[in-house]
Amino acid sequence: MAIRSALPSLDPGDDPAAPSLLRRLHLDLPLLIGLLALCAFGLMVLYSASNQDLGNVKRQLMRLGLAFGVMFALAQVSPVRLRSWSPFIYGVGVLMLVAVLLVGDVGKGAQRWLDLGLIRFQPSELLKLAVPMMVAWLLAARPLPPSLPRVLTAAVLILVPVLLIARQPDLGTAILVVAAGAAALFIGGLSWRLILAIAAVAAAMAPLLWYNMWDYQRQRVLTFLDPESDPLGSGYHIIQSQIAIGSGGVFGKGWLNGTQSHLEFLPERHTDFIFAVIGEELGLAGILALLVLYLFIIFRSLAIAANASDSYGRVLAGGLSLVFFVYVFVNTGMVIGLLPVVGVPLPLVSYGGTSMVTLMAGFGMLMAVQTHRKAVQF
Amino acid sequence: MLRDSSLEDRRREHHLVVVRAGVVGVLVLLALALVAARLVRLQVDQHEHFSVLSRDNRVKVQAVPPSRGLIYDAKGVLLADNLPSFSLEITVEKVEDLDGTIAALSAIIPVDANDLARFERLKRQRVRFQGVPLRLNLTPEEVARFSLDSHLFPGVDVRAELIRSYPRGALTAHVLGYVGRINTEDMARIDTSDYAGTHFIGKGGVEKAHEELLHGHVGHQQVEVNARGRVLRTLEGKPPVPGRDLHLFLDIDLQQAATEALGDNRGAVVAIDPRTGGVLALVSKPSFDPNLFVEGIPQPDYHALLYSPDKPLFDRAVRGQYPPGSTVKPFVGLAGLASGVVDARKAKYCPGFFQLPGQAHRYRCWRRGGHGSVALEQAVVQSCDVYFYDLAHSMGIERLQGFLREFGFGSRTGIDVAGELGGLVPSREWKERARNQPWYPGETLIVGIGQGAFLSTPLQLAAATATLANRGRFIQPRVARASQVPGSPEVQELPALTHAVEVGDPHHWDQVIRAMTEVVEGARGTAKRIQTKAYRIAGKTGTSQVFTVGQKETYNAARLDKRMHDHALFIAFAPVEDPRIAVAVIVENGGHGGAVAAPVARQVMDAHLGGSRLLARGEPGDGD
Repeated sequence: MAIRSALPSLDPGDDPAAPSLLRRLHLDLPLLIGLLALCAFGLMVLYSASNQDLGNVKRQLMRLGLAFGVMFALAQVSPVRLRSWSPFIYGVGVLMLVAVLLVGDVGKGAQRWLDLGLIRFQPSELLKLAVPMMVAWLLAARPLPPSLPRVLTAAVLILVPVLLIARQPDLGTAILVVAAGAAALFIGGLSWRLILAIAAVAAAMAPLLWYNMWDYQRQRVLTFLDPESDPLGSGYHIIQSQIAIGSGGVFGKGWLNGTQSHLEFLPERHTDFIFAVIGEELGLAGILALLVLYLFIIFRSLAIAANASDSYGRVLAGGLSLVFFVYVFVNTGMVIGLLPVVGVPLPLVSYGGTSMVTLMAGFGMLMAVQTHRKAVQF
Repeated sequence: MLRDSSLEDRRREHHLVVVRAGVVGVLVLLALALVAARLVRLQVDQHEHFSVLSRDNRVKVQAVPPSRGLIYDAKGVLLADNLPSFSLEITVEKVEDLDGTIAALSAIIPVDANDLARFERLKRQRVRFQGVPLRLNLTPEEVARFSLDSHLFPGVDVRAELIRSYPRGALTAHVLGYVGRINTEDMARIDTSDYAGTHFIGKGGVEKAHEELLHGHVGHQQVEVNARGRVLRTLEGKPPVPGRDLHLFLDIDLQQAATEALGDNRGAVVAIDPRTGGVLALVSKPSFDPNLFVEGIPQPDYHALLYSPDKPLFDRAVRGQYPPGSTVKPFVGLAGLASGVVDARKAKYCPGFFQLPGQAHRYRCWRRGGHGSVALEQAVVQSCDVYFYDLAHSMGIERLQGFLREFGFGSRTGIDVAGELGGLVPSREWKERARNQPWYPGETLIVGIGQGAFLSTPLQLAAATATLANRGRFIQPRVARASQVPGSPEVQELPALTHAVEVGDPHHWDQVIRAMTEVVEGARGTAKRIQTKAYRIAGKTGTSQVFTVGQKETYNAARLDKRMHDHALFIAFAPVEDPRIAVAVIVENGGHGGAVAAPVARQVMDAHLGGSRLLARGEPGDGD
């Protein structure tokens, strides 16, 4: 199996007498290298995408600093403690979502922010972590695979925050939170029969979903199915990003030389559509390099999940790795026209702060799962 | 056995997770393969098709900058306007032969050496793919001439934009500041996407302090362009949110009167309405023409301003830090009353000097022969140094500096004029930190008469005077009163911070205000020459030492260079019964406050309160 080779030895004896410095700092070297490489790549592209504005790069660098700080801090927390915190964090998150609906700030036409005086905080971000933690906590209480009632309980625990987030309305985050919960359930051993049943129900529910969507969400789906129908409205993003990527060819137009990006045909080029700038300037070669980097990080995370010493760690790590993958897939899929336009950034590359901190917090937990392992007893 | 079955469970669990992780891995690979396949289709199979589309791209999104809010004075006089202007811009990235293009352009539109120098400078600082202005302020004929031949000049455009204009020029330069082109330094502190179409930003004064209100928010429009990027028509978009207009407390007529009152002197005048904290006039002389800075001032002109010995670019009103001299005595007197160190009825004896116990050094009073026996009121009226040496010594520096800080000395007032400095009230802690030296008792005495390291801005003096006139209600001074969405009737007042200064017995205010009234209205007052029948004034003169006189020397103005002369200071408020204006005046190297600075304050108060312009006759004051 492909993953097998990426797995470190299950043998706990990496010489426990002399734990390495990284082990003592609770850092996972392969993951750390992958993340640093990804961030360096992202900053280089951002410099071009924001018209060589060093100010943007500096601000992004500061956010990255903060995000790595959060990762490092969380890596120090042992999964045992994390597990005991899970229900509490989940509860606080859901309460804050309710608060946002009642008193939240309206930013860009959607209610997402909670103004805490000093900082503005987006509680839905917290749920991207809290949901997999909660599911892991629930499943780990009994031997895996979970029984049907347990699965149903988990489903309710996932859907409550998701519906609250969808009301804000924030489709992108709702999808990511569903993905986080579902991924945790899947890794935890959700039975194949149930998976088929859920898929069938989802297909049947699709029309219902359609009638519950907001106008702009419906518009996006329609536009996705036929971008040319609205070339100046929401189809504009998709058409322009495909022109950017397609005109890049195999080796691209060269760094800083993308005409689509620099002549301002491409909107949101340093945020959600930065993938198109990569395609235009660095070509297929540059994009594949980026995808390989993502693949490496995802596989390493899955390896940590498979290798964790208890069910909580396994389910949590699996859920977190899959959220990261969903980020990558939804964003790239949107930019190249495979998926409708939803506001999901390209993880650790797009300009912006909130999701970056959440993602790195997730990697902090992954590192904690890997480095706080007790000796596995067989 | 139980133990075995739990072990068996664990094995099964682990196996389950490994299998599931494997399945996920395969799914991830499949999904990314799908993405890669799609990319190959776009970037390899359809590459030709998209390259053509990219070359002929016709619709793009442009940022539409908001119009900057206008600024009006208290009576609705326009102080900052936006005027339409045409400029000729070159997008360097789109031009193949730059020198040739400029040469050909000069043939139809005059371009001089200044224009070329500015173009070179702005070209170096430019943001890629953004136009760099070659000529500004094109005449309509020049615009027409270029339009005829524009097809010969790809990458060259005439751009119409609104340029900031300050109709009152030098009169408002320091208080309003000015706008200038956004540079890389500005880029670091703004939301660049909100400034996508904006080229100017507030660089000082009110323009910088209220940048957020004045700027507004960017809009977008989709435009159809031809292959050269020239706009053919506008399709749709979201309009910008215009910046808010500002209505000031500042009265431009009073500003003018204060400027004229200073004459040819260097100095500053700050006038505040004690009831609102509103700044009625904020003058720093000499000044400069802010309109020169909007489009970038030519280097030689800039150097002439920058290196002039009169420092016209320096805003003395909010950045000039001077020892407050004797003008601080009413506040020190209040400190003494509030802390119980002095009693207004009890006199001290002034032999012309003060000595600390056990020290030979004589701290001199400005009057060599001494004032004899003086109580608080006469100590303020005659500005007796010895009285305040004694008071400061008994009070101690910690209590004294704490009280002075309550009046706003020693820290920025927070006025909405960018660049304000905070002055300095010396303290033990400050001296430890700044000079790594212990505090000497003699320094406390010097603080008591407002000299030495003690520094205050004219604005701080005016704010403290207004607080005194208000009997302890400190209102943060501000220039802007309210903001308004252009064209809408709704006016939003800007908030003011206030706090109360406590002095224990409210009679202490009366005692100090009575003393300050005697300074002007009394027969022996140091500012009696500015008496008027129209209203009663409370004031205090001061001088601020530029040159330190040695222990055995005397200050001899005739022997010193003019720039070493003392600065003349005066603070005042009027009418005493119902204060409507508080003024602080500093005249650099003006000599005695009573003779030079007080008449300036009188003219400002006359202009505001409508009193007589004639100075009351009287003997010149006895210095201070």
